Amino acid sequence: MMLPGFPDAAPLEGFAGGLLIGLAAALMLLGLGRIAGVSGIAGRAFAINSSSLPKSSAWAFLVGLPVGAILIVLATSAERPEFAGWPIILTAGLIVGFGTRMGSGCTSGHGVCGLSRFSQRSIVATLTFIATGVATVFIMGALS
Amino acid sequence: MIARILVPAASGTLFGAGLALGGMTNPARVRGFLDLFGDWDPTLAFVMGGAVLVMIIAWRFIPKMAHPLFASGFSLPDRSDLTPQLLIGASLFGIGWGLAGLCPGPGFAILFVAPAQALVFIAALLAGMVVHRLLFDK
Repeated sequence: MMLPGFPDAAPLEGFAGGLLIGLAAALMLLGLGRIAGVSGIAGRAFAINSSSLPKSSAWAFLVGLPVGAILIVLATSAERPEFAGWPIILTAGLIVGFGTRMGSGCTSGHGVCGLSRFSQRSIVATLTFIATGVATVFIMGALS
Repeated sequence: MIARILVPAASGTLFGAGLALGGMTNPARVRGFLDLFGDWDPTLAFVMGGAVLVMIIAWRFIPKMAHPLFASGFSLPDRSDLTPQLLIGASLFGIGWGLAGLCPGPGFAILFVAPAQALVFIAALLAGMVVHRLLFDK
């Protein structure tokens, strides 16, 4: 399906992918009573932040991420990803890691889990990181 | 208990599959969503919409449950205070997200698709978390 005015958008695939992500988060919530926040789970797996989440659970979730992704890539004709250069990936990783700890979450914890709970903190965090993300892309575009 | 492994393993797998299906393992698509004043790609909004929709329904079950299906109690965030840390942290996260088009979920999900990029991003991500811990030990 094509979205009028946005020939490159993939609304159906996006929505279907979103439903799967929602199911994943619902499974953690209803099954273990926890937020599926990837930055927090990653920090827990590598013993960077403390949490009552068992380390084995954190690792099981983290290992699942690339397994699920590669299954979709093998099963469908997924588009080839386009990456930024190495210095940008490295810098971005550092800022994202620091920022998610300071801001208590990322796109999954604040975005998916927090927004759907109408959490005040998550709504503010999500609007904030989208705003600075938009500003960053705009400035990079203006500089290039 | 085996559910402690199986539930997060299934959740992570579904999560990674959803990211890949929705095009979110392609940083160009994520940056396209943030390129609001340029060649805007609304796909991420559909991903977020689908995920939030399912989770709005899931949250409605929580008040009626004495405990999660496979655990003795809930471990959910209960803060509602807006702090400078939240605003500064989210701002920084957004800057990094916009720079490379990667956030933690896709960073791990691309491990088998683009191992080199994934490992560099994950190593930097963890280093950033360690720096935060060293500066604000909590």
